[in-house]
Amino acid sequence: MSETGIGAAVRRKEDRRFLTGRGTYVDDINRPNQTWAVIVRSPHAHARIKSIDTSAATAAPGVVAVFTGADMQVGGLPCGWQIHNKDGSPMLEPPHPPLVSDKVRHVGDQVAVVIAETRSQARDAAELVAVDYEMLPAVIDMREAIKGGSLVHDDVPNNTCYDWELGDKAATDEAFAKAAHVTKIDIVNNRLIPNAMEPRAALGEYDAASGDYTLYTTSQNPHVIRLLMGAFVLQIPEHKLRVYAPDVGGGFGSKIFHYAEEAIVTWSAGKLARPVKWVADRSESFQVDAHGRDHVTHAELALDKDGKFLGLKVSTLANMGAYLSTFASSVPTYLYATLLAGVYTTPAVYAEVRAVFTNTGPVDAYRGAGRPEASYLIERLVDRAARETGISQIDIRRRNFIPAEAFPYQTPVALQYDSGDYNATLDEALKRADFDGFAARKAEAAKRGKVRGIGFSTYVEACGIAPSAVAGALGARAGLYESAEIRVHPTGSVTVFTGSHSHGQGHETTFAQIVSEQLGIPFDNVDISHGDTSKVQFGMGTYGSRSLAVGGEAIIRACNKIIDKAKKIAAHVLEASEADIEFKDGQFTVAGTDKKMAFGDVALTAYVPHNFPHETLEPGLDETAFFDPLNFTFPAGCHICEVEVDPDTGVVEVANFTAVDDVGRVINPLIVEGQIHGGVAQGVGQALLEGCVYDADGQLLTGSYMDYCMPRADDLPSINAGTTTTLCKHNTLGVKGCGEVGAIGSPPAVINAVVDALSELGVTDVPMPATPQRVWQAIQAAKTAAAAE
Amino acid sequence: MPVGVSMTVNGKAVTGSVEPRTLLVQFLREHLGLTGTHVGCDTSQCGACVVHVDGISAKSCTLLAVQADGAEVTTIEGLAKGDELHPMQAAFRENHGLQCGFCTPGMVMSAIDLVRMTPDPSEQEIREGLEGNICRCTGYHNIVKAIKAGAAAMRG
Repeated sequence: MSETGIGAAVRRKEDRRFLTGRGTYVDDINRPNQTWAVIVRSPHAHARIKSIDTSAATAAPGVVAVFTGADMQVGGLPCGWQIHNKDGSPMLEPPHPPLVSDKVRHVGDQVAVVIAETRSQARDAAELVAVDYEMLPAVIDMREAIKGGSLVHDDVPNNTCYDWELGDKAATDEAFAKAAHVTKIDIVNNRLIPNAMEPRAALGEYDAASGDYTLYTTSQNPHVIRLLMGAFVLQIPEHKLRVYAPDVGGGFGSKIFHYAEEAIVTWSAGKLARPVKWVADRSESFQVDAHGRDHVTHAELALDKDGKFLGLKVSTLANMGAYLSTFASSVPTYLYATLLAGVYTTPAVYAEVRAVFTNTGPVDAYRGAGRPEASYLIERLVDRAARETGISQIDIRRRNFIPAEAFPYQTPVALQYDSGDYNATLDEALKRADFDGFAARKAEAAKRGKVRGIGFSTYVEACGIAPSAVAGALGARAGLYESAEIRVHPTGSVTVFTGSHSHGQGHETTFAQIVSEQLGIPFDNVDISHGDTSKVQFGMGTYGSRSLAVGGEAIIRACNKIIDKAKKIAAHVLEASEADIEFKDGQFTVAGTDKKMAFGDVALTAYVPHNFPHETLEPGLDETAFFDPLNFTFPAGCHICEVEVDPDTGVVEVANFTAVDDVGRVINPLIVEGQIHGGVAQGVGQALLEGCVYDADGQLLTGSYMDYCMPRADDLPSINAGTTTTLCKHNTLGVKGCGEVGAIGSPPAVINAVVDALSELGVTDVPMPATPQRVWQAIQAAKTAAAAE
Repeated sequence: MPVGVSMTVNGKAVTGSVEPRTLLVQFLREHLGLTGTHVGCDTSQCGACVVHVDGISAKSCTLLAVQADGAEVTTIEGLAKGDELHPMQAAFRENHGLQCGFCTPGMVMSAIDLVRMTPDPSEQEIREGLEGNICRCTGYHNIVKAIKAGAAAMRG
């Protein structure tokens, strides 16, 4: 292994600019003659707009324009996945205008935009827009919403977007009829607010001379934004619309989606022929960045007398919020129910999911998207089944694991796992976590008045999104391939154009490692370009841990095309047959001779040819590949958490956290571990700290960092992260993806540990987030129940 | 009515004419073009905007520009000596203490001030010292490692 090749812990190329303050985020970009936009947002969760008076705002100092929904008559923001109801009819897709005219449907809904010379002037004038609202009853709780009392959208009965099912109901009922034991659980997967540290921002620009639009935006997938906004919302053809997402300060899913503000600034820039810039306040981010999770589920697991799982039945309500965001409909269906077999051989699974509109902000993909909801459900259920049957947490999992020799393994819920070794990850995790020493640690904690518990989670997820054929069959309205272009420059350095997008993942480093190794050229001679639709041919962006498994494979294939073309050139120059040219370590040689050409010499020849045969050899060395995977990838792992709970205060401390994940081949271990640390932190955050709360009127109570508990450094332990490896079978690199495993595996491990700690006090369940108040209440409730017996 | 401010930023004397409500971070970013200092929240909690004012870390979103009149301000752009990174910057790079880079300037500025007050901080002291800086990417694991290493390098 070279110092910069595949497998090396290469320090990141991108770090120097970030560490010296020279990153370029959207808010760092300012254009000549620029104006500032501030959005007038609804203070109410549900109200009819009777009138909007913009006259005072329009007359305010510095104001250039005020636009309302009546002015901005454009297409609606589209949803990318169509789900079908149990009866085959399509889901209901109510209109999603960038500026609303009829009624507001959540706190933060866009009512008007005020554009002024400075941000302060726009902010001052926005206060002067007078909206006359007729208040309507807000519907916040999904269980109320499906009764249909108050409707978020007048033409969506019972606030139900779709009522969908997956799996064989009859076979599952049959399995339950044979069960020796049934374990039941009611579970809430708490609503989360993504909180990438960079607030969203958008800057629209219009060139009246050429008719070209540019949108600078905080996006994980600029080409998708160009497609959605250009084709569906503003009707700007793609050759007249450039979308550029430069350095982006974290995404975690929340920057996948096409948001209203992107369309508002682009459209306004066209109207005013001046650049229009909008940057979210953090308070706006809390209100209108798409939230994550928010499921209410009842599930039952049927077991035989030996603890083998026979069947699983799941019924879930999934909150969509007030409008369908770009990926929203796919999250609780194809990214959730398809994972309900987990790592187990459960032969029959049946799931029904009802997606519900409420007067809350839109809900969409957030780190893990559907898979954390599945893993939390399964692993809480398995934990409880172990307690009820008296089988150990480890044994019940081993008895039901899909064996390593059973791959490829077809689950009863649509997916075929290609590879894995679940016992191997469990064994490694037990070793790393010093499971054998747990009893002693628990006894020692008891001396200090603390109750210590250990919790397990053995999960699998599906990422590398997505095989287009499968995704299309599941309702995706677009294929989810990726593209790469390798442009070899005349002196042998290389620019790689990738359709994936880095917003913290370190693509500039990882992808350069791959290309450097494939082409046998120095790491520093490879630059990665991404995020600009005027440079990169096309791309589907970064989410679902797809950059390496899909985008990386496209890069490999483009490299292979480069090598094929370079062999032709070498054969011509070296006067040999193309079949006799061998390529290794950056050298093209004629087999069995000492005739050779370095990669750089071939590159130069490609651009300064003198006698290339016209019909068979073109000048230049620039190749493109699109890669559409055959299947998802299936990372899996075992997370083990140890907590100490203070029974008097309910405070939970994470004492140890071990994460062993099989993410396939590791290109850069430093980056992979960093991704796992970050994912685990978000998972521990979900389990112990974070929860989005609306009151009964739909006011967001957790609308700032004072009210929404983000994990701080002293809330988290050091994370003991390791990997085991089985290779993905359907990409050259054998990679699976590491971006989401931390957030998928960790929440059930934490809560299972809390429940384990409190089990001696009679507690059987603690909801997420397990705040001190909730833990204390669970302890008191158990004590009260025990006293009543 | 605009008012005049003058201060020393990264060793250079600067002056400006600002609205009285202008925050120090706005002055740095919008008037001086020093966009390395970031704004991540509106409640003084995330710490992306931390700079040094007279050698002490301060959230530049919580100071008016006029309050920094006459002060010595150092931002992330003022740390490296030419191509040579400050030891704390180098430690963040070596230990993969950053991912998206957005919280990073504030983290580094806070870390340097933490080491000024506690030259050889324990893991717990580092974690508690970072209460005012939020990172969403790293889980803090590598930031803590970086600050330990950066502190050692600063001690020399």
